[in-house]
Amino acid sequence: MASMDDAAEGRRRFLARLALAVSGLAALAAAVPLVAYFVRPARSAAAAWRDLGAVGDFAPGLTRKVVYPTPDPDPWEGTAVRNAAWVRRELDGSFTAFSIYCTHTGCPVRWVEEGGLFLCPCHGGVFDRDGDVSAGPPPRPLDRPVVRVRNGRVEIEVADVPTPG
Amino acid sequence: MKLRARLWRWADHRLGLGKIWRVVAKHGVPPETTSARYGWLYVLGFVTLGIFLLQILTGAALVTRYIPASESAFESIRILTGEGWSGRMIRGMHYWGASAMILFMAFHLARVFLTGSYKYPREANWITGVLLLVLVLAMGFTGQLLRWNQDGLWGVVVASQYAGRVPFIGDFLKRLILAGDVVGGATLSRFFALHVVIMPLMILALVGIHLALVQYHGISERPVPGEPVETATYRQKYDELLEREGKPYWPDAAWQEMVAISAVVLGIMVLAAFLGPRPLGQPPDPASVPSHPRPDWFLMWYYALLAVKPRGFEHATMVYLPIVTFLVLILLPLVRSTGERALSKRPIAVAAAAAVALSLGTLTVIGYRGPWVPDLDTPPFTAAELGDVPADAATGALLFHSHGCQYCHAVMGRGGQWGPELTDVTQRLAPGVITERIVKGFGEMPSFRSQLTAEELAAILAFLAAAAENGS
Repeated sequence: MASMDDAAEGRRRFLARLALAVSGLAALAAAVPLVAYFVRPARSAAAAWRDLGAVGDFAPGLTRKVVYPTPDPDPWEGTAVRNAAWVRRELDGSFTAFSIYCTHTGCPVRWVEEGGLFLCPCHGGVFDRDGDVSAGPPPRPLDRPVVRVRNGRVEIEVADVPTPG
Repeated sequence: MKLRARLWRWADHRLGLGKIWRVVAKHGVPPETTSARYGWLYVLGFVTLGIFLLQILTGAALVTRYIPASESAFESIRILTGEGWSGRMIRGMHYWGASAMILFMAFHLARVFLTGSYKYPREANWITGVLLLVLVLAMGFTGQLLRWNQDGLWGVVVASQYAGRVPFIGDFLKRLILAGDVVGGATLSRFFALHVVIMPLMILALVGIHLALVQYHGISERPVPGEPVETATYRQKYDELLEREGKPYWPDAAWQEMVAISAVVLGIMVLAAFLGPRPLGQPPDPASVPSHPRPDWFLMWYYALLAVKPRGFEHATMVYLPIVTFLVLILLPLVRSTGERALSKRPIAVAAAAAVALSLGTLTVIGYRGPWVPDLDTPPFTAAELGDVPADAATGALLFHSHGCQYCHAVMGRGGQWGPELTDVTQRLAPGVITERIVKGFGEMPSFRSQLTAEELAAILAFLAAAAENGS
């Protein structure tokens, strides 16, 4: 009797392990495509350039906002999720771009032309005309997206929302 | 046998109603939780649960007309709010319900902390409650983003900035949240899925565990000074207490919970009917920089903290403070699982609770005032307003506005609060000192050297002198 009980107990233990191992494997198998699907949009997109207009559209010495589409736009995104940046045509003819994202928590900064300031409406960050911090909580200067001039057109490299720190 | 009794017997045999009823409704609760005065402290968790069920209903209703596409989301809310009285009402109930849920959850947490109910054997009740707290706050945050207005759009960017700061995996997390490198077509869908499917399922699962634990361990009895919780004896003492003085949960304790949730639901409806939902604000548009982006009230304290913390503490406030707070809350019942529960024997707990309540209250008030926010809508002083002043003072008033001075400094009660009030500055400081500070910058104030000519500077000084004259 004792040996039969042992045998039954052994079988039971085997079946319990079998059940857990099989269902564990199946769960793992199902998790692979789920995780892959969820993480896929997090891949970094290839760099892209966006046309901002002719050089002549930018008055020398002035800084203005430019708005341009995301790198790989979906048909349903509309105009709500465009990118924006501040672009200045320097007096020497070169172009400088400043990220619209404050380096504190990512709120959009506003350029005040006559004051020569970028103001952040969230926590009162202030940057001077070179994008350096002059007041408030931002820890570092404004980021500078890359701009270039090709065939008389101003182009901006589509940049990530910058990672802080 | 009467028909009613036969029907009941049929149902009881098939559904086990009698047994469920005895376990769920007729179990014993400590006598104080049923007292007409003290019992009201024990309705808070039930009220939070009731509001959550209301949120599921109003949320499901909203989903039938909300369109989670970047192009249409804002417009779909505008339309569903405007169509008949019920759209505004349902959205209002969902908004005020969310606020009420966070509020009652906070009260519930405070009550459990103050009565020491998180101690043995109810540690897991507390820990599942803390996880629910995190999820409910996340629901509040993602919910305000789904409005997909200016604040919502920029809220996503701010959220990505937080994620980006997490050590090692920050960049990956940031792209995970945004569904790409920038806010795009897939971003809103992500928050929609989180708010409408993923997080509610997690909350339901955790609520199930939380309630099962409440049922299993029983409601904690009123703390008595000098009777500390001891692992070896607590269970037996608690069981004996219920045996001796326990009251049936239904209706002795439950009636107060039902009255409370009814009052809260009606209160939510009154707020929704009279105040309506939170105004939708401006449509999302990266081409127009918002002038006053603000979180909803329950995050206002944190928004203020970010402004008043010293520079250089970004990581501390945005990464480590949330992580440490979370860990402290999770670990609290584990390191303090036994000992006194009564407030009179827990001075540190009382001080900590008071400090937290005071800090949250103060920061919330500061957040609403937002003195650091540049007043971008302040209008310039016109010559007519200034009255009989020299011509260059009127020019100076315009320069004071156009160069951004007035965004941060108020004069004669108009302008920002960031810098000092300047109405009588010419009486406090010599003209040379004022000029120097404008030109070179001073403290937090930037330098205006390259922005102002000598004549313009003189005009601004003339304006300030005129203001002092006017103000006195």
